[in-house]
Amino acid sequence: MLDKNGIAKRIAKEVQNGYYVNLGIGIPTLVANFVREDIEVEFQSENGVLGMGPFPFEGEEDADIINAGKQTITTLPGASFFDSATSFSMIRGKHVDLTILGAMEVSENGDIANWKIPGKMVKGMGGAMDLVASAENIIVAMMHTNRAGASKLLKRCSLPLTGVGCVKKIVTNLAVIEVTESGFKLLERAPGVSVEVIKDATEGHLIIDRVIPEMEL
Amino acid sequence: MINKKVANVAIALDGVSDNMTFMFGGFGLSGIPENAIAELVKLNIKGLSCISNNAGVDDFGLGLLLQQKQVKKMISSYVGENDEFERQMLSGELDVELIPQGTLAERCRAAQAGFPAIYTPAGYGTEVAEGKETREFDGKMYVLEHAFKADFAFVKAWKGDAAGNLIFKGTARNFNPNMCGGAKITVAEVEELVPVGDLDPNQIHIPGIFVQRIFQGEIYEKRIEQRTVRQRS
Repeated sequence: MLDKNGIAKRIAKEVQNGYYVNLGIGIPTLVANFVREDIEVEFQSENGVLGMGPFPFEGEEDADIINAGKQTITTLPGASFFDSATSFSMIRGKHVDLTILGAMEVSENGDIANWKIPGKMVKGMGGAMDLVASAENIIVAMMHTNRAGASKLLKRCSLPLTGVGCVKKIVTNLAVIEVTESGFKLLERAPGVSVEVIKDATEGHLIIDRVIPEMEL
Repeated sequence: MINKKVANVAIALDGVSDNMTFMFGGFGLSGIPENAIAELVKLNIKGLSCISNNAGVDDFGLGLLLQQKQVKKMISSYVGENDEFERQMLSGELDVELIPQGTLAERCRAAQAGFPAIYTPAGYGTEVAEGKETREFDGKMYVLEHAFKADFAFVKAWKGDAAGNLIFKGTARNFNPNMCGGAKITVAEVEELVPVGDLDPNQIHIPGIFVQRIFQGEIYEKRIEQRTVRQRS
């Protein structure tokens, strides 16, 4: 079974040379730490920066340079700043190659819910609805089950949707899953996790059509 | 040169009154019009509709207007980090319209650019699209979203001149340029009001035509919401 860093490490393998990547808040943010150093990648943050670098050294924080999580950041050589409309032109206009975001629920047809729990949590969708509406390549990073132990990979989402039929791949603490027309297709198992465990933790239709290899991290 | 310079924030906000709709630039607490917000708190006008990506924190930014119950409606994309906001929303005192961040930016830009509405794929199939016109283009579904109509836009820039030209810094740019000219009156506050001619015309982000009033802000706290650092190795 993977921890949050393990999930991020596995997703980092999906990041290819020349990609512009948007990372959501939470586990997706960790992906930047594991991307191979021999490839060129630029990270976009929807509040208006391309070419995001690591956190600043203490004493060098700048209130005018933050990421979408409102954290102080730095920029790398070649970086640029831009306004919000330009930022979402990059996103909706399909110029960003890969979007990695968290989710509360994903359904077997690729619907995603991650912005609202009616009556409990209403913080808003931020940029998530724009990201999922247009991106060709969306990977969801999340735990396979919620804190109560219930599956987050469902036949249908129970929470208000963020987008419909948009998720292509899911990486959880238990598995790598591809969303296909006929359901969740199991691609890889996390180290030490059996297919049975993944089956039990998946409420939606799980397709197992071959011997499932263990992830390489 | 058409002079847009006003002496202070009080003159810059001349004409604001109860029940108006305002746009506020800023993302989180970065690039917010701190001086205009402080003046609105002082004037204590009520029943405001506020278009702003976020709602500040409890004791800073738009949170200050919420504390005094000056806000009737918030139109935002993300409103975490503010307990008073959540309390007013859940109790029904505050009307909240949550919309996708890109839609917020584009509804501002549409108002600026003279488009009555735009089609966006964001929110299709979700409750955000409920009751809205949808249309198919090339096999994909889009939602019709209308340009905002606002009385004032309050924006904050790094440098500006009396002609109303603006230059922004870092990610404090965010929604500010998209709101300029998107309301009946755009009020820009700047950290540095420089003599006309000092700004290189090649480097100007927003031409003065989109700005009606400009003033030098007195104080900028520029509070950091999440101070994240790395250790020197």
